[in-house]
Amino acid sequence: MPDLAAKKQRPLWYNLSLLNLPLPGLVSILHRVSGALLFLGLVWFLFLLDMSLASESGFARFRVYVAHPLVKLSLLAFLWAYLHHFCAGIRYLFLDIDKGVSLPAARASSYAVLAVSLALTALLGMRLW
Amino acid sequence: MVERTIVGAHYGLRGWLAQRVTAVVMALATLVMVFGIWSASPLTYATWKSLFAKWWMWLSLCLFSLSVMLHAWVGVRDILMDYIKPTGIRLALEVLSLLALAYYTVWAMQILWRI
Repeated sequence: MPDLAAKKQRPLWYNLSLLNLPLPGLVSILHRVSGALLFLGLVWFLFLLDMSLASESGFARFRVYVAHPLVKLSLLAFLWAYLHHFCAGIRYLFLDIDKGVSLPAARASSYAVLAVSLALTALLGMRLW
Repeated sequence: MVERTIVGAHYGLRGWLAQRVTAVVMALATLVMVFGIWSASPLTYATWKSLFAKWWMWLSLCLFSLSVMLHAWVGVRDILMDYIKPTGIRLALEVLSLLALAYYTVWAMQILWRI
């Protein structure tokens, strides 16, 4: 009897760490993470919008509030989350209609999503602050 | 034993489609609002408020607010289904998310109708 158990070491442990994810996989999980982040941030965005539009004094308080470094940093993080979710979302809409589903195209577009959202975050972030 | 026909019952199709349609609405609304905020200068309370009072800005924000609630509900439900296995906790979190989104919708409408 051949010893099958010795030949096939089970269970197999695949390395699924983030660094070993292919690029489209990275875009995918970041799409989910950014989506969750934006959902959690909703209450804060509404709070900010409410404050800024409520009254003259509310607007003044809003300006002081968003000038705080920690607030700016959080806004920058949310800006990235939004831009990534936006760009990746557009990519998924195209994938849904079977555009760009070949491996090279999917890789190129996932790279573009990462690059464009990061570049736009830097650009808008600098512009706003 | 649950008897289900997989084909033709559209399980989950409505949610899936709603997420895509709201995504397109929000993407367009985002472009409109970014343009609006970009063109509003100098940024004072008066210009800020009158910006949101413009019909296209108001409409974009309104459609965006309604869309984001539907969109987020589908997304949050997907995440909860993937990671939260105990039914009780999952149901509790789903109800909590739904209540939060309902509250946000009312809040957003309140902001919009005050402008």
